[in-house]
Amino acid sequence: MHVHAYEKIWLVFAILLILLLLGSVTYGAVGPGVAMVADSEDQINANALDEDDRFAEPRVERVGENHYEAYVVAFQFGFQPDPIVVPENSTVTFQVTSRDVIHGFEVVGTNANTMVVPGEVSELTVEVGEPQEYGILCNEYCGAGHHVMEGKLHVVPEEEFEETNEGGESA
Amino acid sequence: MSDALEAEKTFYDEFPAEAKVVRSSLLGAFLALTLGAVFGIIQTLHRTGIFRGLISSTDYYTSLTAHGVFLALSFTTFFLVGLFTWAVVRSLDRPLVDIRITWTWYALMAGGMTMTGISVLAGFVDSIDMSADVLFTFYAPLQAHPLFYTGLAVFIVGSWLAGADWFRTWLAWREENPGERIPLQTFMVLTTMIMWYIASSAVAASVLIFLLPWSLGLIESVNPTLTRTLFWFFGHPVVYFWLMPAYLLWYTVLPSIAGGRLFSDPLARVVFVLFLLLSTPVGIHHQYLDPGIAEGFKFISMTNTMFLLLPSLLTAFTVVASVEYGARQRGGTGIFGWLRSLPWRDPAFTGMMLAGLMFAAGGFSGMVNAGMNINYMIHNTIWVPGHFHLTVGTAVALTFMAATYWLWPQITNKPVYSRQIGLFQVVLWFIGMALMSNAMHAQGLLGVPRRTAEPEYSGFDYPVAFGGFEELNVQIAIGGTLLFLSTVLFIGNLVLTMGNPRVSGIAETLRPALSGPDDAPEVLDDLRIWAGIAVTLVVLAYALPLAAIIGDGGLLGPGVGTYPVWIDAAVGAVAEVAVPAAWSLVDALALLGARVLDAATWGVIA
Repeated sequence: MHVHAYEKIWLVFAILLILLLLGSVTYGAVGPGVAMVADSEDQINANALDEDDRFAEPRVERVGENHYEAYVVAFQFGFQPDPIVVPENSTVTFQVTSRDVIHGFEVVGTNANTMVVPGEVSELTVEVGEPQEYGILCNEYCGAGHHVMEGKLHVVPEEEFEETNEGGESA
Repeated sequence: MSDALEAEKTFYDEFPAEAKVVRSSLLGAFLALTLGAVFGIIQTLHRTGIFRGLISSTDYYTSLTAHGVFLALSFTTFFLVGLFTWAVVRSLDRPLVDIRITWTWYALMAGGMTMTGISVLAGFVDSIDMSADVLFTFYAPLQAHPLFYTGLAVFIVGSWLAGADWFRTWLAWREENPGERIPLQTFMVLTTMIMWYIASSAVAASVLIFLLPWSLGLIESVNPTLTRTLFWFFGHPVVYFWLMPAYLLWYTVLPSIAGGRLFSDPLARVVFVLFLLLSTPVGIHHQYLDPGIAEGFKFISMTNTMFLLLPSLLTAFTVVASVEYGARQRGGTGIFGWLRSLPWRDPAFTGMMLAGLMFAAGGFSGMVNAGMNINYMIHNTIWVPGHFHLTVGTAVALTFMAATYWLWPQITNKPVYSRQIGLFQVVLWFIGMALMSNAMHAQGLLGVPRRTAEPEYSGFDYPVAFGGFEELNVQIAIGGTLLFLSTVLFIGNLVLTMGNPRVSGIAETLRPALSGPDDAPEVLDDLRIWAGIAVTLVVLAYALPLAAIIGDGGLLGPGVGTYPVWIDAAVGAVAEVAVPAAWSLVDALALLGARVLDAATWGVIA
């Protein structure tokens, strides 16, 4: 089969481009350490979330030094807790599940973004910085009221977090 | 001499019965295009907040479902079956084996799509207890009316029969022509259909084993991750199913229109084989952000996806080289000067070239989507529809419209009503899409979600970059309006063309490739080998993820409810549903009859 010289050059260029793209993603994974939402958590009965330690009372909990876990339930048409309050400059692991249909969980203007599938728990860990208010929206169509489904993420100063979280209660 | 006489015959002259099938298929496609465009303009104005008076925000999702089903499934597939019928018959130079089979698959596809269409459109009418506001991805546990799933299944079975029809015709040809290479167009059709059989098997399984029985109340629940994964098993190759007819046109028609010839027949075959092999084991790249699927499977899917760039990049080379050859044949010179010698006044040529250009842009945004961890930034934002309005919405749709200006005269003997309007129409599409798609990509980077009636929220504002949210909304609305006008011009031009008298002497010939099929290794034509490898790759990519999903969540899911969007929550019992369901089936059958009659009459009118 005859392949033109220019075409061979093009072919080499194309393969290099592909390797470059794969390389950039691999770098993102091992360098900055961007991990994918995956199957790290076990399945859960979406019809019985009130029997689950984490999701019976959606909340933010301290799990380590400067490491917090936010247990979030998405539903038609909102998120719990709302707002999600976390302290500044900390590591936050979101565990998000749905009690009805498939939803999305997107912290607007950031790359914190995941599908939320009933029966599954999505886990993603982020670093939060200075105090700021972020919007949260559902980015997967979930029914007639999809467009009103929104929430808030409040990154607050340490002291304010302690106050709101006093007695293990979240807002 | 005999060659010259031969060349004066159009497809309509040589194969009148097949020409009628092609016409009916294309008209089915354009009916879907018209409906899709109407919903498109409503959504553009609603979503951007320019005009929300026509439908409520709840009905927006009915409209969005209709837009997706009519354009992504109906328009594309009906055009494909028409074009492929033309391509097989033309390149084999023999009629189909049995035209009754052909009309059977046409009727199945038209009937199936009518059923699905009815179930969707009924969502606009409150008094009918039927709707299917599940969008064209129909993710469970949102549940559509059973008619929606039934129609889809019938439609897919129709497309399977169509493939069988073309395979049979090829086998008959092979007996008559032992030892000959498969003609290029037929090769493209057959490889595409093998891919389609593999891909659509998953969605057929999902619909028939899970979704349809579930919507009928025969099973209580489904595993949402499983049905979603089966959908995307089908959902990525389906984009190549849309794209392959456009590629067929770029490879086999565009070079001739440009006054040249295809650069290389063997490489065209290699490209189609690569698509057959790589289109399917990549679907998990739509699920990068899904819980319940291990990161390793996502990485494998990404690697396959990136290699899928290869056949498209090869196509870019071949198409440009073939067009350049045509320009030089027409007297073009210089490094870029040859571009001036191309037939830019021909709407078929200009439309396909602009479509190709847009596809390159779509390819770049696609690389971002394909990057596993970069995907976090844009997943389910309006960036994604921005991307696929460049690919299926322009590379495919604009190529189909442009090709119609060339193909329609060949299957009717009627010259196009106005080539000037045609030229204006394809350029208008390009401009409209450039505006709309660009603004959608930009909004996506701000985090604006896709698939929503009202993208503005009460609790927060979007960050500002590349222009603010509002300003980009205006761009989207203007672009969408231009696209709608372009569709109106296209349909109007076509209707007026149908009123033209038949003439003779408009036959166009397709010139063979510079480097012909004899340069291609024989093994390329061994479809069994490629089908075998394709299946093996799919098994490798999907066996473990599917086993893991079923192992974790079970076939029927880890305790997930049912959320029908087609009945009042109060009316839950199956019995109460069975009656309207039966009635809608009767209605659908009546409509199917009407549709088939219509198709027959179109044949008479056209």
